Amino acid sequence: MKRRFILFFTISLFISGSAFENKVLTLKGSDTMVILVQKWTEVYPDKSVQFQVTGGGSGTGIASLINGTTDICSSSRPMKSAEASQMKQKYGKPPIEIRVARDGLSVYVHKSNMIKALTIKQLGDIFTGKIKNWKEVGGPNHKIILYSRENNSGTYEFFKEHVLMNKDFDPSAQHMPGTSAVVGAIAMDEWGIGYGGAAYTKGVNEVKVSLQKDSIAYLPTEENILNGKYPISRFLYFYLRERPMNEIKQFIDWVISNEGQKVVLDVGYFPTKKL
Amino acid sequence: MHSTSKLYKKSKFRLSEMIIEWTIRLTASFSVIVIFLIFIFIFRESGGLIFGTAKELKPKKSTSEKTTDKPEEKVKPEIYNPETGEIAKVKENKKQDISKSSESKSESIWKNIFSDTWQPVGKKPKYGIQPLLIGTFKVTLVSLLFATPLSILAAIYCAFFAKAWIRDIIKPTVEVLAGFPSVVLGFFCLVTVVQGVYNTTQFLQPLCTHIADFISWVIPFSNEWIHSVLTISDFHYSSVVGGIGLGLAVIPIIFTISEDALSSVPKSYREASLALGATESETAFKVMLPAALPGVVAAVLLGIGRAFGETMIALMATGNAALFSWNIFHPVRTLAATIGSETGEVQWGSLHYNILFFLGILLFLVSFIINALTELFVKRYLSKKFQGA
Repeated sequence: MKRRFILFFTISLFISGSAFENKVLTLKGSDTMVILVQKWTEVYPDKSVQFQVTGGGSGTGIASLINGTTDICSSSRPMKSAEASQMKQKYGKPPIEIRVARDGLSVYVHKSNMIKALTIKQLGDIFTGKIKNWKEVGGPNHKIILYSRENNSGTYEFFKEHVLMNKDFDPSAQHMPGTSAVVGAIAMDEWGIGYGGAAYTKGVNEVKVSLQKDSIAYLPTEENILNGKYPISRFLYFYLRERPMNEIKQFIDWVISNEGQKVVLDVGYFPTKKL
Repeated sequence: MHSTSKLYKKSKFRLSEMIIEWTIRLTASFSVIVIFLIFIFIFRESGGLIFGTAKELKPKKSTSEKTTDKPEEKVKPEIYNPETGEIAKVKENKKQDISKSSESKSESIWKNIFSDTWQPVGKKPKYGIQPLLIGTFKVTLVSLLFATPLSILAAIYCAFFAKAWIRDIIKPTVEVLAGFPSVVLGFFCLVTVVQGVYNTTQFLQPLCTHIADFISWVIPFSNEWIHSVLTISDFHYSSVVGGIGLGLAVIPIIFTISEDALSSVPKSYREASLALGATESETAFKVMLPAALPGVVAAVLLGIGRAFGETMIALMATGNAALFSWNIFHPVRTLAATIGSETGEVQWGSLHYNILFFLGILLFLVSFIINALTELFVKRYLSKKFQGA
């Protein structure tokens, strides 16, 4: 009985001891970036570091960073000043922002939709409900069905600020829990229009977007985003509590390097600089 | 009573007995204590709204507001360039100086809450809960219409008409349905049910328009309203889809409890009814079901309580659009789904946060009222009516 107890005790010591060898990094935040972050953590060459990756929305990630439940927060929108002041109050210094990729917000329509290009103003009017019928933008005579992201999403806030010019969405806009849900819904709905991150385009068509009525409309390709021609583009960020050290610094250096940015291209987003 | 307490005092005092008694007492009252604590927690977190102490609700003095804003620094995150390891100086973005707080909230917050638009994220946040309440009501109604007949008829079949071996298969299978995670049901609705419902409704669309025309011809002055409520729209996600998903989640609850209630009706009722010449189905519907009615009504009320609070299915299958509409073929946004999707983002302690907890209070109140109804109405009134005083 006593011998069995000693054996059990020593084995449990070994097991618990080995758990301390690997550092576990948590990354929480943007649903837009979650596949990108997962790919990064899979491909990262230093296998002694373990990662925990979760989505939940940019807002959730920032809230976790403030609460201290995550090491790195991924966000598809810049941090608001109210959130940054909360961090300064709690930790004594403002958070650190690192730009890790670029993203274009694509506008999706069904594969059978004939509309090829829209201006920012038309998009704004469609999503606020001013334009209700496809025939007003050159399509067939049918009601437009809107798909949007939930309001905890960085994608939602960015779209609202830059395309809707801070006006409210039409109340009939359906809010889907994630860009892949938006794409899935539009793939089924021939009268639908929606928006999301550029990496999710399986099964739907992207619409070219132009700044004004007479300017050229661009698709969200790498070239158009890097040289700023595609109007709806944004940075994707990592936020940290303090300057990166040790494992976090090595991870972030690798993410910014050419290898890490190649992964960005594979996933469907765009690198911060030309490779 | 007095003699038994005297007996208690007579028995010898044992410390171990007292410890065991107190442990059991504490663990049993644990659940009651937790309910109270949750209630107090929710009230406290929505205190900013209820007691008017939220930052956004404090009355603003216009001149002093400007002077206190200037020395307060706008904190911005520091941009770190990993290649060089230095912190870049952040440019002040002049566009963002137009802050939200400069707009005066002159109208009362309660007027805002009882309005009919829900857009909590934006320059002028709108917290109208009417579309949420209507959405929750519609989805619960559809789920009950779908689930109640199915489960009660299944319970009657299982209790009276099924052979013993069929009953042994059906009962555990329906209980497996109870064990389905609601995320799985929501996902199933999102992918499969949506298409089926859409094809069916598009097929039925002309029929519904004719019915709406007929009803509006019969009832004068109701043309527009009837058409807005009865016509099938082109939305894929609607309260019908969400209602079917919720119904699937609610069926096991109603089935299990009604089946237990029906089986526990004394066999003598059934034998007497059959002896008097009634057929099997007459016995089941006119004698046994009324006798088991308290249990069946309790089951339905429990089902309502479950449907009201179900989050994941509503979040995935209903389209989450805060529309003020009585048409069940429009997308809806339920209270629970709103709390589920917005709590992640909201700033802790802000007015939006308090309002989300207020929605939690509403949900809590509804389930509380339903449970109280079950206790009072079912146990007292129905038992007396159908089982004799």
